[in-house]
Amino acid sequence: MSFLLGRLGQTVLVLLVASFVAFALFRYVGDPVNNMVGQAASMADREAVRRALGLDDPMVVQFARFIGNALRGDFGISYRFGQPVAALIGERFPATLELSLISMVIATGLGVPLGVWTALHRGSVLSQVLLAVSLVGVALPTFLIGIALILIFSVGLGWLPSFGRGEVVALGGWTTGLLTVSGLKALVLPSVTLGVFQLALIMRLARAEMLEVMRTDFIRFAKARGLKPRAIEYRHALRNTLLPVITIVGLQFGNVFAFSIIVETVFQWPGLGLLVIQAIQFADVPLLAGYLVLIALCFAVINLAVDLAYVAIDPRVRGSRAAGRAT
Amino acid sequence: MNALLQVENLRVEIAARKRRLVAIDDVSFEIAAGEVLGVVGESGAGKSVTGTAVLGLLEAPAVQAGGRILFDGRRIDTLSEEGMRALRGKEIAAVFQDPLTSLDPLMTIGDQLTETMLTHLPMTRAEGEARAGELLAEVGIPAPRERLQAYPHELSGGMRQRVVLALAFCCAPRLIIADEPTTALDVSIQAQILDLLRRMCRERGTAVMLVTHDMGVIAEVADRVAVMYAGRVAEIGPTRQLIAHAAHPYTRGLMASIPSMRRREKELTQIPGAMPRPDAPVAGCAFHPRCPQAFARCAAERPPAFPVGAARVACWLADPAFEGVPA
Ligand SMILES: Nc1ncnc2c1ncn2[C@@H]1O[C@H](COP(=O)(O)OP(=O)(O)OP(=O)(O)O)[C@@H](O)[C@H]1O
Ligand SMILES: [Mg+2]
Repeated sequence: MSFLLGRLGQTVLVLLVASFVAFALFRYVGDPVNNMVGQAASMADREAVRRALGLDDPMVVQFARFIGNALRGDFGISYRFGQPVAALIGERFPATLELSLISMVIATGLGVPLGVWTALHRGSVLSQVLLAVSLVGVALPTFLIGIALILIFSVGLGWLPSFGRGEVVALGGWTTGLLTVSGLKALVLPSVTLGVFQLALIMRLARAEMLEVMRTDFIRFAKARGLKPRAIEYRHALRNTLLPVITIVGLQFGNVFAFSIIVETVFQWPGLGLLVIQAIQFADVPLLAGYLVLIALCFAVINLAVDLAYVAIDPRVRGSRAAGRAT
Repeated sequence: MNALLQVENLRVEIAARKRRLVAIDDVSFEIAAGEVLGVVGESGAGKSVTGTAVLGLLEAPAVQAGGRILFDGRRIDTLSEEGMRALRGKEIAAVFQDPLTSLDPLMTIGDQLTETMLTHLPMTRAEGEARAGELLAEVGIPAPRERLQAYPHELSGGMRQRVVLALAFCCAPRLIIADEPTTALDVSIQAQILDLLRRMCRERGTAVMLVTHDMGVIAEVADRVAVMYAGRVAEIGPTRQLIAHAAHPYTRGLMASIPSMRRREKELTQIPGAMPRPDAPVAGCAFHPRCPQAFARCAAERPPAFPVGAARVACWLADPAFEGVPA
């Protein structure tokens, strides 16, 4: 319990730091007043706006106000689009989340079993081939994979769309592409493209961890106890392998989410990545600040989920219970 | 001979870069039912490799390259993987060098005991769990029923070693390979664990191959002793005879340290020089470069095992035809 509370505290701290960076960006990159009133406004006008925005207040007060607004999801108005940042992000967020989620599900769902399999059949030809292929997966640039997939499956075979999300269904404020055939078809190429590197990475990690665990004393002792290979491999080795794998999967999920920009560009995916590129091009500071806080929040949520998984799997993290210690 | 375990001319090779190193050569010994055979020798002498071969757990690069291993008159080194697995933990159990890491950290002690029994014995899960509680009581763990729910990290080193003993004894094996079962423990706990091991073996008539560096332990618990040197048995015989009249110069060097019981290995090997490693074998008797009594023949020819009383001694000095060192 204290472990989780400690982690929760860390999370809050991380979010505060990220918010401060976002705030500093907002406050000190460019002049917000300039951005709002335009070059032509008079000095008096500028002062009025400045005061109206509270930019004269001490920095602490300004930061507190920024946090307060952020908590209500208010990051101001985008310079570029003239709409509330929260609305812009809220509109794009589902597309990116669905894309990164599906690609991580593919990468983990295939990567872990493949890694475990190649570890258990170390000598086999197929395992060697898979390892070599995974090296290619790690080395190939994402945009190349994307373009190759488009050439084959869209241009060549015409099976799958090469851009956009297809038809989406609105569920409350959430638009999902998971409920329509065209939405699912549109997801295939981008999520595979985004997932290839992750798949190769997770497979190689799962393999390395599995090999490591198979060398430990408790596996040797499990063999000496005459347990069946299946029990040793899955009940003992795999469970111990999963801990570090979960950490990496969580970390990579955050990365995939934050760096889906390339894939979104290649596939014209209407997600956050495209939005952010535009925000950077136009120095759309409120939008960038909001995006930054969102990314930090995502990482924080993922980390908490990873911690929860640890608590569920690893008794050492749960800490000694009533059983206590005795010699 | 109605030996429980017979090892005949065992040879284990280790595949190195170009050559195959000989880790164990021509090792023969037997253990009668209920007997404790102590195995001593310097680090690297081949004690663990021998025990591992008996368990059928040799792993690449180590392979059995010759000899036979018989258990209860039946050859076991040629058994199928599954046949040997069924024997391990059931008829031949093991306690390894580091008991602290012998248990799966993610599984309760009760589950590890139950899983081992359910693998080998016809019983229900409920029966297994009840028996697990009894076993913990038998190895002297307080509040055994509650401890079934404990994870390994919740127990001290001594307690964990008791659990390991419970695991070794849970299917009533006839032979236990105990490879330095107390080396990793506090000195104060070593004696307790050794007493427990001895008591349980006596009560159940379990034979033990007890690997140790501790000559004091040998003097106390072993019925017979095998002294290993550079992958061979230098001398094997009844403990009393070896202590009183060791025939091999190497054994005499080892025995010199017994009066000061329970000394560590560094002080124990007072014989100057180092044991040859498998990658740099010595012609003739492997001990001759360090032997105070070596003569020409020792460097030229490897001595076979000569009977001396109830012992067998691999030394030219023990050759019945030996008539003093030629001038
Ligand atoms: N997997 C392996 N790969 C390479 N060499 C090995 C392997 N296993 C054992 N050996 C070698 O075989 C020889 C015997 O090793 P073994 O572990 O049996 O010694 P030991 O008598 O148990 O020593 P210790 O007292 O240190 O436990 C050593 O020279 C060791 O280096
Ligand atoms: Mg050893």
